[in-house]
Amino acid sequence: MPIIKVQRLVKKFANITAVNDVSFEVEEGSIFGFLGPNGAGKTTTINILCTLLSPTSGSASIAGHDCMNEPSEVRKAIGIVFQDTTLDKDLTAQENLMFHAYLYNVGKDIRKKRVEEVLRFIDLYERKDDLVKKFSGGMKRRLEVARGLIHRPKILFLDEPTLGLDPQSRANLWEFISELPRKHNVTIFMTTHYMEEAEVCSRIAIIDNGKIIALDTPSELKKAIGGDVVYIKTTDNLSTKQELERLFKLGVTEKEGELSMTCPMGDTCIPEMIRTIGDKVLSIRIQRPTLNDVFLNLTGKAIRDEEATGGDNVKESVRAYRRRH
Amino acid sequence: MEFNAIYVIVARELKKFVREKSRLFSAIARPLLWLFIVGAGISRLVPREAGVPYTQFIFPGILGMTILFSSIFSSISIIWDKEFGFMKEILVAPVSRFSIVIGKALSGTIVSLIQSVIILAFFPVVGFSLDGMQVLSVIFICACLSFCISAFGIVLATFYESYESFSVIMNFIIMPMFFLSGAMYPIRLLPDILRIAAHLNPLTYGIDAMKHVLFPDAQGNMAPDFSLATSALVILFSSLFFVVLAGKSFERKK
Repeated sequence: MPIIKVQRLVKKFANITAVNDVSFEVEEGSIFGFLGPNGAGKTTTINILCTLLSPTSGSASIAGHDCMNEPSEVRKAIGIVFQDTTLDKDLTAQENLMFHAYLYNVGKDIRKKRVEEVLRFIDLYERKDDLVKKFSGGMKRRLEVARGLIHRPKILFLDEPTLGLDPQSRANLWEFISELPRKHNVTIFMTTHYMEEAEVCSRIAIIDNGKIIALDTPSELKKAIGGDVVYIKTTDNLSTKQELERLFKLGVTEKEGELSMTCPMGDTCIPEMIRTIGDKVLSIRIQRPTLNDVFLNLTGKAIRDEEATGGDNVKESVRAYRRRH
Repeated sequence: MEFNAIYVIVARELKKFVREKSRLFSAIARPLLWLFIVGAGISRLVPREAGVPYTQFIFPGILGMTILFSSIFSSISIIWDKEFGFMKEILVAPVSRFSIVIGKALSGTIVSLIQSVIILAFFPVVGFSLDGMQVLSVIFICACLSFCISAFGIVLATFYESYESFSVIMNFIIMPMFFLSGAMYPIRLLPDILRIAAHLNPLTYGIDAMKHVLFPDAQGNMAPDFSLATSALVILFSSLFFVVLAGKSFERKK
């Protein structure tokens, strides 16, 4: 039984279609990843699912409740960690959690116990009486995830949970998140634009320009690429590109002065390359497929390219639209 | 209505209020400056009328000012909550928008009632001799007015997305509301257009109601402009109106 069901979801802001005919299902107890560049429509989808936005058309239901018609039931069933922190920095860790417990009407007799339990779970029990403004980015994130668990939601939404964290905190947080379904019996729906992070997911939807362009397990997605990626730097990319295309009958892409080609068997491919274009080669490296390659393969661009350009423009337009309405 | 949610929204606001002692001091300082400096200055210019000296005449207005500032400041903390993201935590909770508005309005009411009671305690200094009943009546009016203005502040806060709009609210809403409330001069003396504006200001009616209690026998320009019943009804209905309007504007965004 899928716990999240989304059918033909569309969300338009003025002349921008942020979410364009998106359908998917999420199985209970799994980690579902929404992967795509900034501005691809990930946050908009989350906002619709958690009842903060109404869609232009299409339907979404969570734990059997319709997101548009039964917002209150949906809200009880979900916990959310937003992209930007939503803690009150002038309250202590414990006060933030207690606030949440009251807000979600957690019973009087179990409130304190739950708060203490999650504080221990995230290793912040010793610092429960410190104001949140004294916490590091990683601690705040952990606190937010813990807060989202206090009312025992069926689904936990994580919108770019590791944004702005240092590599070590990111690694810790992922370890922590990947244990959640087992330890807390919760389904996780997360978005990220970090390819490496999506690897922990049971299933991944790759989203670009508001559309889902692929949806599968990480290993199937990588298999679909059709092999290893070979990166070559040469003295003359243009002629090499043509030669390789003729020789292997495979597509070659050029990016930042580097050619890349996906071959079924990278190890045997390289010797053959060197025999043909040997004198032009500056360097060759081989890479087992990552989700980044999957994305590159599907869209013809690396996921980070969008960050400062297209993505932010969409975000800005959406903000401007919401200010006006 | 979710009582737990209302309780915790109020508790958070009060906790922050108690922690920020400096906020209380500056909130108390403003009305006292008006009362004892502006009031003292102008009273040299204005003769006492019907036995009421000017510093006494502006006393209800100064209470109104205390309520106006602290209620609106308290309510527009919602803009801060939006800016710093905390509002989202409240909005995705299974809590009706109505409860959120009530919680916020009650926070504003309590905070501004505390401040107005502190100012009220200065009544002997300006020469009033009030009995217990009068003091309780003024406190009651202050509570109702605080609720009304707090609810109005929430409506304001829903229109603004960032705290850069703060000075706009200060200069174009708070100050005009204060000047057009009968706090410093009887509104009956105002030119027509300003008098009409004053009639549309809920603060006017709260201050007028206090005049009923503080100057029961006042004549002429010192006397209240409306009947007590009119003021009570205006405060009641505008409170309801603001609460409903605020609740509506908190509904899901398009």
